[in-house]
Amino acid sequence: MKDLITVNQLYKHYKGVTAVDGISMSISPGSCFGLLGPNGAGKTTTVEMLEGILTPNAGEILYRGQPLDASFRQHAGIMFQSTALQDFITVRESLQLFSELYPRTVPMEQLIADCSLEDYIDRDANKLSGGQRQRLLLAMALVNDPDMIFLDEPTTGLDPQARRNFWSLVQRIKQQGKTILLTTHYMEEAYVLCDQIAIMDHGKIIARGSPKALLADYFEDVVLQLPLSDFPQGTEGLPFKVTLHHEHEHENVEIISNDVDTTVSQLREQGISLKRLQIRQRTLEDLFLALTGKGLRT
Amino acid sequence: MSWQRFYAVFVARNREFIRDHAALAWNILFPVLIVAGFGFAFNGDAPNQFKVGVIGTDELRQATTSEPGFFSTRYIQFIPVTDTPEARRVALTKVERHQLDMLFELNNNHYWINRESGNGYILERVLNGSQSAPTSIYQRETVSGREIRYVDWLIPGVLGMNIMFSALFGVGYVIVRYRKNGVLKRLHATPLTAFEFLSAQVISRLWLIMAITIAVYVGADLFIGFTMHGSYATLLLVAVLGSISMISLGLAVAARIASEELAGGILNFVSWPMMFLSGVWFSLEGLHPAVQKLALTFPLTHVINAARSVMIDGASLWDIGPELITLSLMSLFFLALGSRYFRWQ
Repeated sequence: MKDLITVNQLYKHYKGVTAVDGISMSISPGSCFGLLGPNGAGKTTTVEMLEGILTPNAGEILYRGQPLDASFRQHAGIMFQSTALQDFITVRESLQLFSELYPRTVPMEQLIADCSLEDYIDRDANKLSGGQRQRLLLAMALVNDPDMIFLDEPTTGLDPQARRNFWSLVQRIKQQGKTILLTTHYMEEAYVLCDQIAIMDHGKIIARGSPKALLADYFEDVVLQLPLSDFPQGTEGLPFKVTLHHEHEHENVEIISNDVDTTVSQLREQGISLKRLQIRQRTLEDLFLALTGKGLRT
Repeated sequence: MSWQRFYAVFVARNREFIRDHAALAWNILFPVLIVAGFGFAFNGDAPNQFKVGVIGTDELRQATTSEPGFFSTRYIQFIPVTDTPEARRVALTKVERHQLDMLFELNNNHYWINRESGNGYILERVLNGSQSAPTSIYQRETVSGREIRYVDWLIPGVLGMNIMFSALFGVGYVIVRYRKNGVLKRLHATPLTAFEFLSAQVISRLWLIMAITIAVYVGADLFIGFTMHGSYATLLLVAVLGSISMISLGLAVAARIASEELAGGILNFVSWPMMFLSGVWFSLEGLHPAVQKLALTFPLTHVINAARSVMIDGASLWDIGPELITLSLMSLFFLALGSRYFRWQ
């Protein structure tokens, strides 16, 4: 299938800093493409060039095989990382304002239903909770019935419930055949929503593929996790390599293993209790750590 | 140019302004309070130009009735001072500080003036002149004319000043706020053009300024009453062109700035000299010629000059043509500057 967006050798420099360093990628129609990376990796700059907001210093962006131009705004729906709304305007009026800026729009009632805005449609748009506000911003991005939707860290700052509600909205949009470019800090979000991901660091794409394929390509092992308090003799002198991992004020010991049976036997031999043993698959966070040596939110 | 997009932004901006009740009320109240304050303070006769203290209440009463010369001079306010050492000391301090121009002690035939006070010098000349029988070589001629109270003179200035503040801060400051908080960036991601956006801001602010100015004009006329000898249509044209010129100036200032603090500083830097040197509060006659020339570069000077000519002198469209042309040229210049350098983020 012909790609909806094609990016070739894209560069963007700011005073002495190369924010985007020659990236190339393509996005298939109807897919959700995730762009992951730590703060300052160049994700937002890349997305804003694809949106037509920023002009690249070099490189090419094609939409349906044609260079990006002003008409792309008719086909793009954009949800920025942070967007303020005009004061003293209701949710309905915000949608009306954006509806009138496009020649082709989705009926208002459909938009309200799709994004579950009914309960606060006449409320001041600046007096919404975080989740409600993100749903309104998503509706504003969908107002022109776009082919291509850009979601730049749409769930940052939302509580887990609001985040999952938002995911279900995005999945509904995907089912309508829309193409989505998503940037996110949340690996679970990327894993759930994205068909393809690209991991960026220092302005470059360092890995690309479907989440499952990437994990399969890079990892054949699993992670065994135990609380540090279950190692009364300490972790020195164990027959396998361990790493200490802090999580929610608890210190855990992580053991990477290609052979769970052998590792479990070794733990038993050391007299370590397995009551609190957890075994998990490798995650995108592990992948990122393995590729760059740093966490995704650093 | 899409009229639909222009109208959508125009309506949204109007809603934002009208629903901000506190800002709306202040926009109306501010000029009314200023006009009312000055109207009450200076209503009736022209304000007294000179202040003379007279020690002893009885002595003052006696002097004003028995001595028709100096003590019945108009435009001098005679202020009784109690004949006590403390009151005398306070009065003398006021003379030292130019708060009183002269102090009399009639019982001892003494008066005090401040050597450095221009008013004291003039009062002394008046006093000396009133005591002798002058034989002048000059023949006296008189003219008569309508009295122009200070409030009549002030109204065009205050209305012009209100237009200036509303235009500069209502457009300039708001655009900078939109740029800073990302509203402009979001609008830029739509098919809306800069011209459509800026036009909607100009027209929205223009009609709001005109509505408020007319409301303030009518309200001030009802409560205070002032002179209007010209055509309302001509005055309206002055207000419209003046508003456009200052809204355009606001756009030019806000074209690129993304900091509200910097924008506030620049807008104050632009508005304060206009407020003091465009003739809002006092006539520019007598100021240094360089200052008068500088004042001609301010749109507010031309708005106020034209409005005063229409309201006080009954000037026609033709009479104020140069002012209107100047305002139009200034508007074009500021609009070109604002459009050329405008950026969404």
